[in-house]
Amino acid sequence: MTTILTVQNIAKTYNMRDGIVYALNDVSFAIKKGDFVSITGPSGSGKTTLLLALSGLIRPTSGQIIFEGKHLENASDKELAGFRKKHVGFVMQNFSLIPYMTAIQNVMVPLSLNGHVSAEQQVLSSAVLELVGLENRKNHFPRELSAGQQQRVAIARALVNKPSIIFADEPTGNLDPALSTEIMEFLQKINKELNITIMMVTHSPQAANYGNAKIMLEDGKLSR
Amino acid sequence: MNLLKLVWLELGQRKTQLISGILAITLGIGVIVAIRSISVVSEKAVAINLDNLGANIMVLPQGASVDNYYAADIDAPTFPEEYVERIVTSEITGVDNLSPKLTRRIDINGQKLVLTGILPKNELASKPIWQNSGLFGAELNAACGPSPSNESLGYKDEKLQRKSIDSLGISDCLIGSNAASRLKVKEGDKITVSGTELKIGKVLGETGTIDDDRIFAHLHTVQNILGIQGQVSAIEIMGCCNAISDGLLGKLRNILPDTKITTIGQIVSTQIKTNQLMNQISLIILIIIVFVGGISIGNYMWANVNERKREIGILRMIGYPKSSIYYILMLKAAIMGLIGGIIGYVAGVLIAWFLGPYIAGINIAPIPVLLLWSVIISVFISLVGSVLPAWFAARFEPYSNMQEV
Repeated sequence: MTTILTVQNIAKTYNMRDGIVYALNDVSFAIKKGDFVSITGPSGSGKTTLLLALSGLIRPTSGQIIFEGKHLENASDKELAGFRKKHVGFVMQNFSLIPYMTAIQNVMVPLSLNGHVSAEQQVLSSAVLELVGLENRKNHFPRELSAGQQQRVAIARALVNKPSIIFADEPTGNLDPALSTEIMEFLQKINKELNITIMMVTHSPQAANYGNAKIMLEDGKLSR
Repeated sequence: MNLLKLVWLELGQRKTQLISGILAITLGIGVIVAIRSISVVSEKAVAINLDNLGANIMVLPQGASVDNYYAADIDAPTFPEEYVERIVTSEITGVDNLSPKLTRRIDINGQKLVLTGILPKNELASKPIWQNSGLFGAELNAACGPSPSNESLGYKDEKLQRKSIDSLGISDCLIGSNAASRLKVKEGDKITVSGTELKIGKVLGETGTIDDDRIFAHLHTVQNILGIQGQVSAIEIMGCCNAISDGLLGKLRNILPDTKITTIGQIVSTQIKTNQLMNQISLIILIIIVFVGGISIGNYMWANVNERKREIGILRMIGYPKSSIYYILMLKAAIMGLIGGIIGYVAGVLIAWFLGPYIAGINIAPIPVLLLWSVIISVFISLVGSVLPAWFAARFEPYSNMQEV
């Protein structure tokens, strides 16, 4: 398998009143195309900071992040936005749906960014909502959906642009065990059937077991 | 989905906020539209009334007294009749009608009367060079009102009718009521003035002015009677009120530098001052709404972007660049301004419609061009008030929606 993401000696520091705090410290690893990577560690270990850096939402203080041969660490805001738009899907613990848009409208938002006209947006969004089993709920607002259904809308939105990689931050954090299993099995299915790389931050050992690779962080450093 | 739809969905989500956000602009625009509607229609109404008064500008020789507007030309020095031609052939606009006159006191059968020579309108219009000027036969500007020569308007005051007499024979005359009474003559009779016989075409109604003692005859006949050919003592001009406001007098003075040019000054200046006051009030309100409306919109937008921090974070996370966030918020501001401007215009028209008859005694019709200005001003204020909040929102980090960092 080819390497999709390479991380070399990245650090992320924050200047606090009592000195510099290392959220990430000299972290290096490589991820292959089609991997399902679980990132685990105690609270404050730097898991989410790592996810943010890898997905181009923040820049590391030092080190290199190379995605499919392109360096992200020095990319401009516009380039990072372009990278996220084209290659990345996000699944967040809080679902991150826009409350005044229906399920299908939420899924259409990334498509509009990539230049699809309204009719195409409708067709593609409907198809992906059918894939996650929500075709009959496409005109419902998030408040009218259960937590599991909202997370599936978020997954549909992440998938609709056919991303190379999905970053998931505690995707089961707000779900009960049954729904958590359902969502994790669905992410695993996406990973295997669509060959989409997934990097998932989780506190849950059960969720972490769905991955084929694990990164464990402690105090901003790789512990394993 | 596109940016416009995204903005529209968000606006629909927060209707109450939208209304409160544009309230100040809407009210301000409404008040301005109401004032402007009333003042513009009022200006036109007063202009028509002034024009209906007949000649409102008098060209006199230097040194003539203007204590009494209607008697200013009596015994005044003279100036060349050719000055009429100068006015008519000039580029000056706003001259709706004019009438050269030569006036002198005379004695007929021991009665002290006033003889006034006038050039009837049909002779003025018959000169080819003047026909080409467009003055005669041209449709009057709506703001200038109807021509006083139009008898279908039914003028009650005959002192005004004499300002523009359509036709008058070389041996005919019109005579004031008092003069007719003193000479004991009636319509169809003949009178002799310095050896020239004139037939009375009409006895004019009583006006209570010096005109009651006048005998009006053809200008060239009077010039021959008095032995001052080619000279006149006054030119009466019916100038459009708006044109007077726009400097018609100054333009006339430029082409007739050795004359004294006066108006029914008090009426015109009062109207001009009223118009200026209304315009100044509009300007003051405009300045107030620029500040209050701008601050109001700005406050709304600050609150809105803070409330939408998570949502903006989602859009940034998905891949919207900063410029798109800025564009979304400015588009929203423009839509709010558009809505505020349209509602404000409608409100202003309704206010003017209700209050116009009470304030100015006139019925107010909508002025469509004010809709354009309402929207332009409202959108401008809304955009200016939203620049900083939009700039601030565009700088939200794309992980603003996340639970922890």
